[in-house]
Amino acid sequence: MLTIEDLTVGYGEHTALDGIDLTVGDDEIVCVLGPSGSGKSTLLRAIAGLESPTAGQIRRDGADLAGVPTHHRRLGLMFQDHALFPHRDVIGNVMFGLRMHGVSRSEARARASTTLALVGLAGYEQRAVHELSGGEQQRVALARALAPAPSLLMLDEPLGALDRALREHLVDELGALFRTLGLAVLLVTHDHDEAFALGDRVAILQDGRIEQIGSPVELWTRPATAFVAEFLGWNVTRALAPGLAAVRPDALRLGTGNGRPAPVVVGQVARQTFRRDHWRIQVELADGTALDVELRDTRPPDVGTTVEVIVDPADVIALPD
Amino acid sequence: MDRHRPALTHPVRSVRPLRPVRWILVAVPVAFLVAFFAYPVATILGRGLWPDGHLDLSPLGDVAGNAALRDVAWFTVWQAALSTMLALAVGLPGAFVLARYRFPGRSLVRALIVVPFVLPTIVVASAFLALGVEPSLGAILLAHVFFNYAVVVRTVGGLWAHLDPQQEEAARVLGASRLRAFTRVTLPALRPAILAAASITFLFTFTSFGVILVLGGPTRATLETEIYRQTAQLLDLRTAAALSILQLVAVVVLLVATGRFQGRRAVALGLRAAAVTTRSVRSVGERALLGANLALMLALLGVPMAVLVARSFATANGPGFGFYRALGELRSDSVLFVPPADAVVNSLLFATVATAIALVVGGLAAFAVVRHRRGRALEAALALPLGISAVTVGFGFLIALDEPPLDLRTSWIIVPIAHALIAIPFVVWLVTPLLGSIDPRLREAAAVLGASPRRVWREVDLPIVGRAFAIAAGFAFAISLGEFGATLFIARPDRPTLPVVIYRLLGQPGAQNFGAAMAASTILMALTVVAILTAERARVGDIGTF
Repeated sequence: MLTIEDLTVGYGEHTALDGIDLTVGDDEIVCVLGPSGSGKSTLLRAIAGLESPTAGQIRRDGADLAGVPTHHRRLGLMFQDHALFPHRDVIGNVMFGLRMHGVSRSEARARASTTLALVGLAGYEQRAVHELSGGEQQRVALARALAPAPSLLMLDEPLGALDRALREHLVDELGALFRTLGLAVLLVTHDHDEAFALGDRVAILQDGRIEQIGSPVELWTRPATAFVAEFLGWNVTRALAPGLAAVRPDALRLGTGNGRPAPVVVGQVARQTFRRDHWRIQVELADGTALDVELRDTRPPDVGTTVEVIVDPADVIALPD
Repeated sequence: MDRHRPALTHPVRSVRPLRPVRWILVAVPVAFLVAFFAYPVATILGRGLWPDGHLDLSPLGDVAGNAALRDVAWFTVWQAALSTMLALAVGLPGAFVLARYRFPGRSLVRALIVVPFVLPTIVVASAFLALGVEPSLGAILLAHVFFNYAVVVRTVGGLWAHLDPQQEEAARVLGASRLRAFTRVTLPALRPAILAAASITFLFTFTSFGVILVLGGPTRATLETEIYRQTAQLLDLRTAAALSILQLVAVVVLLVATGRFQGRRAVALGLRAAAVTTRSVRSVGERALLGANLALMLALLGVPMAVLVARSFATANGPGFGFYRALGELRSDSVLFVPPADAVVNSLLFATVATAIALVVGGLAAFAVVRHRRGRALEAALALPLGISAVTVGFGFLIALDEPPLDLRTSWIIVPIAHALIAIPFVVWLVTPLLGSIDPRLREAAAVLGASPRRVWREVDLPIVGRAFAIAAGFAFAISLGEFGATLFIARPDRPTLPVVIYRLLGQPGAQNFGAAMAASTILMALTVVAILTAERARVGDIGTF
């Protein structure tokens, strides 16, 4: 169990992390989701001991890690862009952590081979790392982090540089792998799909603070702040309720409000975009605010058309101002 | 898979393992520098400026007021500047060709071009004379380009070979012309290496000794030859000391200036393995560029060496090994105390010891340069022995290390120590750029995987720079083999090195002595080639290729 309390990391004037509280259970997968520059990487680096906190505590099973140097922390960290050792072949990279922990060369080799097979790279032992594709390098980096059986596996944008199809495939694979191994995982990403597909819990990070943390379903259904709502693609507006409120684009429909109890707002279609399995239009209201509306079964009205947007009050969530 | 977990629940005491290591990194090079450089130089200055136990600055005033000596100083500066520009102009295309193009015999060419750089200056100067080059400014410049071509090609080419060509391609796609892409992307990336090569070349030509002495003729003198003349011929130690101070100040100013320039040198460059960045020659233009550069290397570097070898076999009775056989004999009229062949053994022994010392001291210094905030000052300090000239170093050893606590004058170790002092800057220069370019995340990745700071050094830094170390070892060995100015002062008559023997033989009249000198030079050249080739072949991970 990893427990982080009030963790603060600053560089000079800039505060990268500001009072983070977070726990990762023994076989829990926690994803930290945030835009670039929100402090995601710094969080992992602080846990690994690569950054010194200016305040707060990081404890594992109750023991403070403050005095423990990086190399005694027994963590797995998969770096963004992997940071594979260019002067070692694949097996040399994967064996590295085992050898550092005093495992004999032959046993390290055997265990590294097993780990390579686990990530689908059996037979790649002698390959040079610069000959590998991005996806293969990603797997080597994962195998290298997994091989020494770390108490916590941390991944920094593990699928960042890969193409979309490969990424979707690997998300499923990673999820299955984590659950098979029963690992404690802390993954940071800017990609919603990745975070929500993998995380038992998801924390939304912004400007070094955790805005909200909860299960994927909780976050999707009840964003707690305007930032979270906007980051997850909700409409955040004052046009639908007395105060600041959020509503999901797929909860809105177009139509004439005739005979319906639901409130209706009127606006003009400003933009339309086709998104794989739906249309998304932007409706500009009289007061200048814009609402995104998701249309599944109908073709969108032309740009410039005046439309009525039906809002079910049950779908509108009030936000703190 | 849980077997290692318990270790985590017993946190290790907070230790800062880098502290003592950092201390050693700095302490060893500094101690070496103080004992074998600062102390001898201080002794010289003391003899020159404190002759009677109190400060006497009049020699400095005398030098400044002397128009002839002012001319010497001015000539020293501008011939060095001109030599440096010429070496860069000729060397940069060569660096490009050897860094980017794959062609048969490439590694052999890369090794061979280094040979002139480490040849004894006195031999090369004689070879140029034998070619029919008259003593002149042109002869000096030609010889300086001959010596420093390899500095430019290897220092710049070493980095160039690891630059990702895609960076330049990206600039081309963004609309930059070929020239603009080169000047805006490649050139800035190469800047640290170009500045390093330029400062090495300038230092060398600034302190050039044998070349000026032989190829400058009687009217041209640099600070270096003037110091030698004042010390050895006029026995005017005060003027020599004043000139040494002038030269030392100039070198320090130069080193500080380049240090400022190179402040941001240790940036991670996204280096790629050289195997990925080279390609075969495609167009006619590329073929012509490669051909022109190889022809230039052959004419500039190959011809003088070929003449040297030819003369070593050209006995009075036609081609033969006569001069070589003569090396095994000690003739009754000889100026030597031992057969010249003994010098081969001496040279090899000294070179081995000097290389070991230079790698340990220079290696520690290189790590300190990269890891320490004040490392750059150390780098500059370690370059000082080069700046103040081998002649001064040798003379300083002679007068300073002859009494306790450092009475080494009768010990043979004094020679390898002097050689190491001269080789250390090269070790630092070869190793530091690559060391500074290692992606810091590789070290972090190793630490997270459980490597202690010492282990990170051994597992990440060392293998990646291992090859640079191998090359540095080859250089140090070759420098020791060819070192002349300092050795002349400190080698005992019964333990001469090859260059000393060659110099003694050249000083004697007669075709027999000249031929023997040529034969000894050829042996020295062969040993140098073997040293460099061996270093070239050492492989410790490809990214370290230099």
